[in-house]
Amino acid sequence: MNRRVVIELTSMPRLPRHVKLRFDKQRNRWIILAPERVLVPDEIALEVVKRCTGKASVAAVVEDLAASFDAPREEIESDVTRLLQDLADKGFVVT
Amino acid sequence: MSAPDPPLAVLAELTHRCPLQCPYCSNPVDLERASSELDTATWCRVLDEAAEMGVLQVHFSGGEPTVRKDLEELVRHATRGGLYSNLITAGVLLDEARIEALAAAGLEHVQLSFQDSEAANANRIGGFRGGHQKKHQVARWVRKAGLPLTVNAVVHRQNLDHLEDIIEMAVALDAERLEVAHVQYYGWALKNRAAFLPTRAQLDAATAVVAAARERLKGTLVIDYVVPDYYARWPKACMGGWGRHFLNITPAGKVLPCHAAESIPSLRFDTVAERPLAEIWAQSEAFQRFRGTDWMPELCHSCARREIDWGGCRCQAFALTGDAANTDPACQLSSLHEGVYALAEREAGAPPPAFTYRRIGGAA
Ligand code: SF4
Ligand code: SF4
Repeated sequence: MNRRVVIELTSMPRLPRHVKLRFDKQRNRWIILAPERVLVPDEIALEVVKRCTGKASVAAVVEDLAASFDAPREEIESDVTRLLQDLADKGFVVT
Repeated sequence: MSAPDPPLAVLAELTHRCPLQCPYCSNPVDLERASSELDTATWCRVLDEAAEMGVLQVHFSGGEPTVRKDLEELVRHATRGGLYSNLITAGVLLDEARIEALAAAGLEHVQLSFQDSEAANANRIGGFRGGHQKKHQVARWVRKAGLPLTVNAVVHRQNLDHLEDIIEMAVALDAERLEVAHVQYYGWALKNRAAFLPTRAQLDAATAVVAAARERLKGTLVIDYVVPDYYARWPKACMGGWGRHFLNITPAGKVLPCHAAESIPSLRFDTVAERPLAEIWAQSEAFQRFRGTDWMPELCHSCARREIDWGGCRCQAFALTGDAANTDPACQLSSLHEGVYALAEREAGAPPPAFTYRRIGGAA
């Protein structure tokens, strides 16, 4: 990747090809598959990652979550940006 | 005991054949010959059984898995069954067309091993002329095919002083991830231990290099770091605990709780030819022997960390104490810990002996 991905409101986050969000039937939960890793996202992370389609900006994701969960926009914005930056630093999200 | 949760990942050792001869190879000293390898149809059946029981990832490994002409077919089969596939390779047999074919078959990730950052030393350690240069080319083809790359560097006293360069090499190769793994002493590595054990000072310097690089390269390169047990205070939870998350299938179809488990002579392993994988996972004697905490010696059984490290590594306990059911002496609570530490310092302080290279039939 050679250049740190910085998450901004205009970024269009998506999962890279090798990171897969999948429903694990046997264990009845969502998982994120990555090289040598299996992550189990918590409820919030799952909602965010499901919206990382490369077609919506971070601002739009925040908007959508604020409406769906009836929560204050500023709070969601800082949570989502922090979460996405962390995922980007680990290579699980690109823009 | 109730039925164990299914494993997350399978390590599929397709073959023990390998053009390289790394003296730190963790394969058993008694390598399987090509004639005893499982055929394509059996591997496909086993991959189906794995997916069916809830396995999520398959790591194709060896030896050198690209020796197998059916690798593309196995990757395609795994992908069709919903498994996430990873290739663990030394790379030297790959060409660009094959990498593209593997990517088209659904391969998700490549882990490429390097023996050093410096060509002459790397090729001396791997025992393969021109290997290092070829690996650079392979890394470029992997990235060109759109596959993510992990550079795996096994480090020890004969390359540890190049760690900064190894990290720079991983960045230059556009790797997502670098695995800096100190040699683990099983199989061939145990035979060559005195040639590899670093001094404590070398280890501490390397640990500092990794810490600084992690900070500097945040968001560019993820660095995983495996420290050598002999200088550790607490043991590693080998494989995340015996029979908890992983299983390993040998070229001949034996199912092992970890890739080094054959070093414990008292264990008997079932094969995929005899029993379904799910049954082996749940019932095989080798898995049951050290699963959970019932088998533990009192020191571990009464310890608060027993479900953190699961008493450490069984193979190491056997290698260092002669009894696989002992506490891993990497643990500072073990009465043998100081002896192991002293042994490491002694071997690391003496001039390194010549390598015993990994070869089929070459252990004598
Ligand atoms: S460690 Fe070296 S010799 Fe062993 S399988 Fe890997 S490349 Fe081959
Ligand atoms: S005594 Fe056993 S369980 Fe406790 S830390 Fe040591 S190895 Fe782990």
